[in-house]
Amino acid sequence: MTSSLSPVVRNHLSALRILLVLTAITGFLYPLAVTGVAQGAFPYQANGSRITRHGTTMGSTLLGQNFTLPEDRRRNSGRAPGPDPAWFQPRPSAGGYDPLASGASNLGPDNPVLVRTIEARRAAVARFDGVDPRDVPADAVTASGSGLDPHISAAYAHEQVNRVARVRGLRPATVHALVTAHIQGRVLGFLGERRVNVVQLNAALANHR
Amino acid sequence: MSGTLAGWLQILALVAALALSYRPLGDAIAHVLTTPRHLRVERLVYRLVGVNGDADQRWSAYLRGVLAFSAVSVLFLYGFLRLQNLLPLSLGRPPMPADQSFNTAASFVTNTNWQSYAGESTLGHLVQMAGLAVQNFVSAAVGISVVAALIRGFTRKETDRVGNFWVDLTRITLRILLPLAFVFAIVLVAGGVIQNLHGAESIPTIAGGHQSLTGGPVASQEVIKELGTNGGGFYNANSSHPFENPNAFTNWLEIYLLLAIAFALPRTFGRMAGDHRQGYAIVAVMALIWAASVAIVTVDELHSVSSRAGHAAGAMTEGKEQRFGVWASALFAASTTLTSTGAIDSAHDSYSPFGGGMTIFNMMLGEIAPGGTGSGLYGILVLAVIAVFVAGLMVGRTPEYLGKKLRGREMKFASLYILTTPTVVLAGAALAMARPGERAGMLNPGPHGFSEVLYAFTSAGNNNGSAFAGLSVDTTWYNTALGLAMLFGRFLPMVFILALAGSLAGQAPVPVTAGTLPTHRPLFVGLLTGVVLIVVGLTYFPALSLGPLAEGLQ
Repeated sequence: MTSSLSPVVRNHLSALRILLVLTAITGFLYPLAVTGVAQGAFPYQANGSRITRHGTTMGSTLLGQNFTLPEDRRRNSGRAPGPDPAWFQPRPSAGGYDPLASGASNLGPDNPVLVRTIEARRAAVARFDGVDPRDVPADAVTASGSGLDPHISAAYAHEQVNRVARVRGLRPATVHALVTAHIQGRVLGFLGERRVNVVQLNAALANHR
Repeated sequence: MSGTLAGWLQILALVAALALSYRPLGDAIAHVLTTPRHLRVERLVYRLVGVNGDADQRWSAYLRGVLAFSAVSVLFLYGFLRLQNLLPLSLGRPPMPADQSFNTAASFVTNTNWQSYAGESTLGHLVQMAGLAVQNFVSAAVGISVVAALIRGFTRKETDRVGNFWVDLTRITLRILLPLAFVFAIVLVAGGVIQNLHGAESIPTIAGGHQSLTGGPVASQEVIKELGTNGGGFYNANSSHPFENPNAFTNWLEIYLLLAIAFALPRTFGRMAGDHRQGYAIVAVMALIWAASVAIVTVDELHSVSSRAGHAAGAMTEGKEQRFGVWASALFAASTTLTSTGAIDSAHDSYSPFGGGMTIFNMMLGEIAPGGTGSGLYGILVLAVIAVFVAGLMVGRTPEYLGKKLRGREMKFASLYILTTPTVVLAGAALAMARPGERAGMLNPGPHGFSEVLYAFTSAGNNNGSAFAGLSVDTTWYNTALGLAMLFGRFLPMVFILALAGSLAGQAPVPVTAGTLPTHRPLFVGLLTGVVLIVVGLTYFPALSLGPLAEGLQ
């Protein structure tokens, strides 16, 4: 059938056919098989490790969220809502914790804009939490790579305890214990960093009545 | 456990895992590339495609196969991206613009996976799964196919046949990449990577706001993105996104996957050459350079509170995820830029001047330590040819490698290979810097801005695909220029490699004599490492001194 075609055309037809065959295998059969096994064996993970309350999805343990004041309580319209002192605050985010806009600030290590931003964040966090600016840890003043980092350091979590306890009318020791219970060690003891998941911590705080 | 001890342990565990898989994986690939037996499904594929699986090709026919397959792939993917709005699972996304579609198609077919788009806001699930992820498989298989032809050039005697491209492509995809991808995709899902076909779902948050929870077949694409040293993220944030890389274990596994095949291929080389020591010598050079690079990036990120932002914050945490920390991020950064992967788990643009500069230098080495799947091994074998030639010049003998003489013809192809990528990179960066509109794309001021442009062309020309992502590259000029840089940087070297393979295969081997340079001893490992650093260092030193070096020494 194809023997009458020129070798160049025949070569490209072979190329197209093998692409279509491999697309069928690696582009359809393979991802659908993985989806099937994943949904069957690990439905919780495959669907995004969701946090639910009374049957409603309230987020994912993997994705950070904003814990800001409701929009209608904004002091000046046009400004982004400020952090809500009743919640533990996550790291700064380049994308405002919007999963449709993941990403980093991409500001260079000697960029004056980044230096000024970090200094302003340090002052703001210290004022907000009522602590010495020197005690504000690095993760509290730097944006993550994804803009969706759900974690903060244990130091930053502890640093926020007094403010959260005061606003919620809880004993600092109670909130401190809650934070300590949410500190996650390194995976297998040596992979990655120690951290506190802000979303899970705040979800626990919401249930703490 | 202290942070330093934990950091060392994650590196040592990685080295141990790579050492454990070196033999079985390398031997498995060698078996797939040499066995005369076809699987039943492969016979079916050859019948559907209309090729003879038992007929070996001349180097020129092999090359025509590679080029035809890649050309068809670029057109197919281009069409797919342009028409995605008409297809199911498009999530209502409009077609990708023409210049960006060209850039993306060239990017995924060349195993670069440079992305001037943000996945979560641009693409539907079907084009990710059946367009981009397919190229993740086959572009990696093309790389291994080409190095298989080169190895056959060394090992075969007086023949003009270097293998059958269709057979190599099919076998590597179906027997190596597909089973590994399937198993580790499930492991990634168990670790928390998502795998579904949902669109974005608006949900109430704990504090009473709203958030869009995204879905997608992420794990199946994530695994081959690393295993095939592709690096194109499902999401804009790539492997720093928690849905692609939810914890420090998946992070460690992803680093392992992106290194595994490239580090095992020297075993394949040694086995096919009938002398495992040749493979050990090559892998030793790769490992030396990798270890040095990991050390430099890690030390720089740990101690770079000397940069102004690092000093202001107290640690180099800008652009890094809390769950990974500095050690795991630096390990990922060094590995991804040395392997042509280009996935990132932290923002390289915010790395310290020397740490970020090292990621550029890693790519400039030509992606050879261990490099991309296949392309890493053929890259370092060309440098081995150069090293043998240099040694031959010193003692005044005709150089030979694995019994094959390196005559004028072979050295011409090796030299052309070495010159191609630097030409593409430096000419591209110079052109961009000469154009005010393109200079305006820089996000950061001063030498760091130049580093962004240099990084972009280094990444494209060497088919890495990572970025100093501050540079605004979604413009017609950058999409076109970087698209062309990726195509030239991928296929011109392949032409020279296959021509070299054909030239070597035609030779009768010369007997080993007392004057033959042994290419499995530490002396050769040192010589080859030196050649790698000198060839690259001299080529790129002026450009590096204008960017990261100027920045770091300020």
